[in-house]
Amino acid sequence: MAGAVRGTLVARRRRELWLGIVVLVVLAALPFGVGNAYLRGLIVLTLLYAGLSQAWNILGGYCGQISLGHALYFGIGAYTSTLLFTRLGISPLLGMFAGGGLAGFAAFLVGLPCFRLSGHYYAIATLVIGMMAALLAANWDFINAAQGITIPFHGESWANLAFRTAILPFHYVMLAYAALIWFVAWLIEGSRWGFFWRAVKDDVAAARSLGVSIYPSKLAAAAISGAATGIGGALYAQYIGFIDPDSTLDLSLSVLIALPAVVGGIGTLWGPLLGAAVLIPVQQLSVAWLGSAAGGIDLMVYGALIMALALARPEGLVSFFHIRASRGATGHG
Amino acid sequence: MGEPLLEIRGISKSFGSVAANVDIGFAVAAGEILGLIGPNGAGKSSLFNIIAGEIAPDRGEIRFAGQEIAGIGAVACARLGIGRTFQVVRSFDSMTVLENVMVGAFLRARRSAAAMARAGEVIEFCGLTTRRDVPAHSLSPPEKRRLEIARALATRPRLLLLDEMLTGLTPTEAQAGMRLVRDIRAQGITIIMVEHVMEVLLPLIDRAVVLNLGRKLLEGAPAEIVRHPEVIRAYLGDRYGG
Repeated sequence: MAGAVRGTLVARRRRELWLGIVVLVVLAALPFGVGNAYLRGLIVLTLLYAGLSQAWNILGGYCGQISLGHALYFGIGAYTSTLLFTRLGISPLLGMFAGGGLAGFAAFLVGLPCFRLSGHYYAIATLVIGMMAALLAANWDFINAAQGITIPFHGESWANLAFRTAILPFHYVMLAYAALIWFVAWLIEGSRWGFFWRAVKDDVAAARSLGVSIYPSKLAAAAISGAATGIGGALYAQYIGFIDPDSTLDLSLSVLIALPAVVGGIGTLWGPLLGAAVLIPVQQLSVAWLGSAAGGIDLMVYGALIMALALARPEGLVSFFHIRASRGATGHG
Repeated sequence: MGEPLLEIRGISKSFGSVAANVDIGFAVAAGEILGLIGPNGAGKSSLFNIIAGEIAPDRGEIRFAGQEIAGIGAVACARLGIGRTFQVVRSFDSMTVLENVMVGAFLRARRSAAAMARAGEVIEFCGLTTRRDVPAHSLSPPEKRRLEIARALATRPRLLLLDEMLTGLTPTEAQAGMRLVRDIRAQGITIIMVEHVMEVLLPLIDRAVVLNLGRKLLEGAPAEIVRHPEVIRAYLGDRYGG
């Protein structure tokens, strides 16, 4: 009997893992089919956002706590690793984990008061805290305020995670990042914590009646989500070579981190990657073609696309593929 | 009957100026099925939620398995071995039946293989095996009630609180539900059932506590309860608005 019980759920999780490996191999081979440098850059950015949005999804999708302030954790990761490198000469390979750790701690601290709030108030509180942090950073001389920090380049180096001429290394860096966060989400889905977090998302009173502590569950999800976001921020800083509050802490970034998961399928393993694969190219191309100076037409196109997707597929893009369609169709009842 | 599993003394609870419970006291022996009955507004739900830890009483004591539990909270109550269902069914709708029950099993299990095995047992016990891998939101209302019971049983409770589990069921479904309750008791689990429809409950329970207007009217065996003039008055009064 026990064997039969294990059947479907275990098989489904194994299938997801195999699919993950196949997708990883395909994405690893992708640059060899794409010669165009602009397109390659687009793919790098898409992979970064797939990882970032998966990080957001750990808190927003699995635990149901919608954060509109994830740029804060992204910025903490970017600034921590950059400052450690420029001021102390510590490699970003280590710095990104320091940044991740600090970002995770920040997410925990933000959660301490904010998870006392329920429902939409958490989203609003994170939005306000994120905007406040961006303002403070823009006036904080220790981190060069609004001028930002340029990361000095001492030649191509894996040890310093620095590449200016070749884009291929960053393809694999971002792919490794996206794959790592995907794997973390996969592990969470099958773990005690993952079950508790989803219970918290679906019904707080029922979760409590089964012995699930709500507040610590939310804090743990926030810390892991924040840490994963912070690592992405550090990688972004190395990729671009320059950070300032505008590019690492702005509210629009918080939205950009959340959107792929929401459009792709919130609380699903594949939603963030699918969402990023659609949204990031469209966003970048609409800026390139229509120009960000032209009165925000690019944003209108972008907004129209999101509305069209939301109307056509309220359960997210994953429902096209019938991957865990049952899970996608949730939480709105 | 030895040391009771649950002992309630002097429980009072007010919501604003409304006294939901006034000085309630009774005891439940291990292995007993106790009915908590009374017309609408009698204070059953309030008392039920106080025992489950979901709300704290203003005054009074609750001893469960030798421990004082009044006001310790629902999570602590679940850990000590009090399981419950809800009057309005609360399923985790983004999960399958198996995953719903696994949440409960994870209270005692660290590893997911152990939680899955426990959940499988309970699902079979509750007659939901054929529905194991369907999303919880696609279950029929009686199936959802069974799911709630399975989820609570997965936590290995010593005391199970059932909130109007027979209400709204067809006679056939109610019969099946009553069989399930007897099977649960046969496993050594003590049960408190809240119902406001007295008739369905009487053949099932060992003893009843009758509440009316926030106070305990009386307690006793089902046969004594139905004959009692105050019970008849309370129910008829409620029904006919007298």
